Amino acid sequence: MQRREGLAKLTGRERYVDDLPLEGALWGMTVRSPAPRGRVSAVRFRPDVNWSEIVVVDYRDVPTANEILLIERDQPVLAAGYVRHVHEAVLLVAHPSREMARRAARAVDVVVAPEPPALDFRAPPRPEQIQFGRDNVLKRLQIAKGDVEQALARAPVVVEGVYETGAQEHVYLETQGMIAWLENDVLVVKGSMQCPYYVLNALQHALGRDERRVRVIQTPTGGGFGGKEEYPSTIALHAALLALKAGRPVKMVYDRPEDMASTTKRHPSLVRHRTALTTDGRLLAQDIEVVLDGGAYVTLSPVVLSRGIIHAAGPYACDNVRIVGRAMFTNAVPFGAFRGFGAPQTLFALERHMDVIARALGLDPVELRRRNLLRDGQSTATGQVIRDGTDRIAVLERALALSGYREKQHSHAAFNAAQRSQRRGIGLATFYHGAGFTGGGEVHLNSRLQVAGLPDGRVEVLSANIEMGQGTLTVFTQIVADRLGLAPEEVVIGEPDTARVPNSGPTVASRTTMVVGRLIERAADDLRHRVGLDDRARGAAVKDAIMRWHREHRGEPLLGEAVYERPPGIAWDEERYQGDAYAAFAWAAYVAEVEVDLRTCTTRVIDFVAVQEVGKVINPTLARGQVQGGVVQGLGWALMEECKVENGAMINNQLTNYIIPTSDDVPPIRVAFVENPYPHGAQGAKGLGELPIDGPAPAILNAVAAATGADPRAIPLTAERLMEIVERTH
Amino acid sequence: MRVLLADRVPEALGLLAGDGAAIPVAGGTDLLVHWPVRIDAHDRTYVDLSRLEDLKPLRWSDRELVLGGLTTYWDVIQDERIGREFPLLVRAARQVGAIQIQARGTWAGNIVNASPAADGVPVLMAYDAVVVLESGRGREEVPLDHFYTGYKEMRRRADQLVVAIRIPRRPYSYQVFEKVGSRRAQAIAKVGLAVTRSDAGWRVVAASMAPTIRRCPMLERLLEQRVQVAHPGDLVPAITQDVSPIDDVRSTAEYRRRVMARVLYDDLRETCGWP
Ligand SMILES: Cc1cc2nc3c(=O)[nH]c(=O)nc-3n(C[C@H](O)[C@H](O)[C@H](O)COP(=O)(O)OP(=O)(O)OC[C@H]3O[C@@H](n4cnc5c(N)ncnc54)[C@H](O)[C@@H]3O)c2cc1C
Repeated sequence: MQRREGLAKLTGRERYVDDLPLEGALWGMTVRSPAPRGRVSAVRFRPDVNWSEIVVVDYRDVPTANEILLIERDQPVLAAGYVRHVHEAVLLVAHPSREMARRAARAVDVVVAPEPPALDFRAPPRPEQIQFGRDNVLKRLQIAKGDVEQALARAPVVVEGVYETGAQEHVYLETQGMIAWLENDVLVVKGSMQCPYYVLNALQHALGRDERRVRVIQTPTGGGFGGKEEYPSTIALHAALLALKAGRPVKMVYDRPEDMASTTKRHPSLVRHRTALTTDGRLLAQDIEVVLDGGAYVTLSPVVLSRGIIHAAGPYACDNVRIVGRAMFTNAVPFGAFRGFGAPQTLFALERHMDVIARALGLDPVELRRRNLLRDGQSTATGQVIRDGTDRIAVLERALALSGYREKQHSHAAFNAAQRSQRRGIGLATFYHGAGFTGGGEVHLNSRLQVAGLPDGRVEVLSANIEMGQGTLTVFTQIVADRLGLAPEEVVIGEPDTARVPNSGPTVASRTTMVVGRLIERAADDLRHRVGLDDRARGAAVKDAIMRWHREHRGEPLLGEAVYERPPGIAWDEERYQGDAYAAFAWAAYVAEVEVDLRTCTTRVIDFVAVQEVGKVINPTLARGQVQGGVVQGLGWALMEECKVENGAMINNQLTNYIIPTSDDVPPIRVAFVENPYPHGAQGAKGLGELPIDGPAPAILNAVAAATGADPRAIPLTAERLMEIVERTH
Repeated sequence: MRVLLADRVPEALGLLAGDGAAIPVAGGTDLLVHWPVRIDAHDRTYVDLSRLEDLKPLRWSDRELVLGGLTTYWDVIQDERIGREFPLLVRAARQVGAIQIQARGTWAGNIVNASPAADGVPVLMAYDAVVVLESGRGREEVPLDHFYTGYKEMRRRADQLVVAIRIPRRPYSYQVFEKVGSRRAQAIAKVGLAVTRSDAGWRVVAASMAPTIRRCPMLERLLEQRVQVAHPGDLVPAITQDVSPIDDVRSTAEYRRRVMARVLYDDLRETCGWP
């Protein structure tokens, strides 16, 4: 099936928020904090701008609550006399000319009386740096299974390791953007976002408007990767405040440097492992400590930490597991949602650690994993018994066969002996990713979705889930068309507009196809029932029945509906952090082959194999695209993407110096799927979107370790870092 | 923003002389970077060179290759004869940005932009290129290896245009260009090297290793004197005298020094008979 919005994107006709005409609009710009922490002692307006032409908004203009509604309410819409991170929004300005608005923003001096910032999440804070609770810990979580201390004390072998990952920028092609205006008394906010209802809730909360007086509409979104999960609430509030004060439409679109410097990034992490094993490599105990840098506000750190620790012990059977996690307050720009949501960090540590263990025990890394991979009937760290019928060892074997793993190990040995400065190596990672919200999250979301029958016999999906390049429009179309026996053209996907669509939950957490897709199937069934048909009715019968219904009920809406239902047999104990953390896991084995140039310590990934079990693959092209994109993004995170920070501010906030892979840096990526349909996902699908970013970094670093004999433990493994490590090794 | 258009070189020179602060624009691939946020740049006056047909073609004579003031990387890539006689020009051109930049970016723009990390300048310098400057007051020629006087400082007055780049034709017995970037394309050099050998002697030019791109006299002397080098580390004393790399947003001084030594050693090993 052709991608629904493909032609519009290919021909440049798709209209993103910045392309929308907006009569009489003002351009909004943000004045930001120059310092990581302190009291705002003065805000000065320099006279080189005619301030009578400029609309100015500060925290006093927030009508109801100066809070960005999220898990906590600690983050102000605009700083009220105190700043907690560099680039925190202090003031907003607007003018009909973008250039004048920019000049005005530059002509404001925010003077901050500095106080000692906490800038290193790894170091215990000094008393004068404490700004959250007693110890700057934003959130603590713990998982316990068995008796770790006893197992460690008795074990024949204990291997320890410390692993670190850096921040990562989303680099969505379309930067953050929002427009806002008043339509009579209704505030309309339109823009680039993943979660229209998050934005709606945030607007209602801060502006004191009930849902009839606010309306949020998603525009075609040029990439998100989590960066448009929670952040759009902020820019939406800013655009709305300016529009309300000016009484005119307002448009805010960040340019790249502003977007990179002031919006969220992936949480940096530090993970410690202490692992007890038998001499032949069976896991006896995993003792894991996870520390995340949360930044200056809570944002989503508690749930990122949650997913992080749940994935930290990996897809292995181990009777004794202890995982303690904490997210630290620092005066960094707040970290936020990013594809994988904590799991890539902890899985990097774990899968690198598995190779460190293998080396310590003189075992083959493949064998070590084969011995410990979960078999059906065994349980994860939270005690979730896995019984999905997937053969995880077969997934691994497939990856080994596709990559020619054994043959390459031999040919590399010969190559490395013959070459002066080139070294080749191969490495792997076996991992999993839980789909949908963690624990009871999906139950709390209580997602609702409708499928409408239109008078002309077509059907329309009414959902709050959005297209951001990943293929929602196409897959939703396929799901309805298949369910009702319709042609793709007979399916309409409604615009995500909170005035029209029910809250089917956020477009995050690899939940859209699996969870929301399943709601679509059930709502389609409900629609069929409402027009007097049973589940076998398809095609013309459905269309005719819909048209007949409309002739008999003129002017009335025909809506099939579904509300989330927890799959049977799933239970989660939030207090003890035990039970079924996810309704379903996707499983994977990735293999990377690298070539390292010892002169420059540059690492080039020369081959990549990605094998995964994701239930049923609904659209092979899109699924392959998700995997390839995840691998590229993972490669960047592993080898080159580095947020360089000085006194709490990113200094390489432009694409010249924030290095992401080009097409020439990307190896052939061979993707294979093992299918094992999941009974509670649409057509048997499980979540896929995030899985592919979990595996590349550890697989690539394991390959570098194999190639060079070095033992890298932190990413990004830039050439400069690898050179230091190689120098130390030799 | 004020843009002045000129159809002929004298007219352009007149505009530059008339408005002391006017800035020539060739491909614009340096001048327009981050344009929307560089508000101060919007208030300046620019002279668009794109219609100056006289500056476009490159010319060959018996003794030299002459690039025009508007010759692009793409023009050079397309010229088979340059590929044969001055292969480093083509090699460097192919590593500038990607095809869009290669098609717009000019050699003269690369010289006057004066980035210490430029790719065009080191190969030109290794071929003893001479910069031909012209203003209403006449012509002047400055050898490229004497052109830069400090970081982004050079022997060019604001009213002068680069109208040509002269490159003497000589047989080369050795020539290599190396660009070490942080990815395989669209990268700014962390270490750049151009090395040639002809009857005129060795030329070793380093980029991203000092405030300006520059020749390395100690290394050149070491090569002229056929000093035996057993190991990349043996090159470090000369490198330390020739260049002064720094830690910056792209790399570290230590990394740059080490890589320069290793790459030079590895490249020259066979030619120089080093172990
Ligand atoms: C995406 C991208 C990638 C890039 N990659 C590389 C790279 O890999 N390597 C590299 O070296 N550079 C790179 N650059 C920089 C740039 O493309 C080159 O420096 C190019 O040669 C500049 O030429 P131009 O004609 O575009 O110069 P312009 O931007 O037009 O001008 C640059 C400077 O030269 C002056 N000038 C131009 N022509 C003349 C003249 N005839 N006489 C006097 N002054 C003149 C201008 O006033 C200005 O100061 C890249 C740029 C971009 C945007």
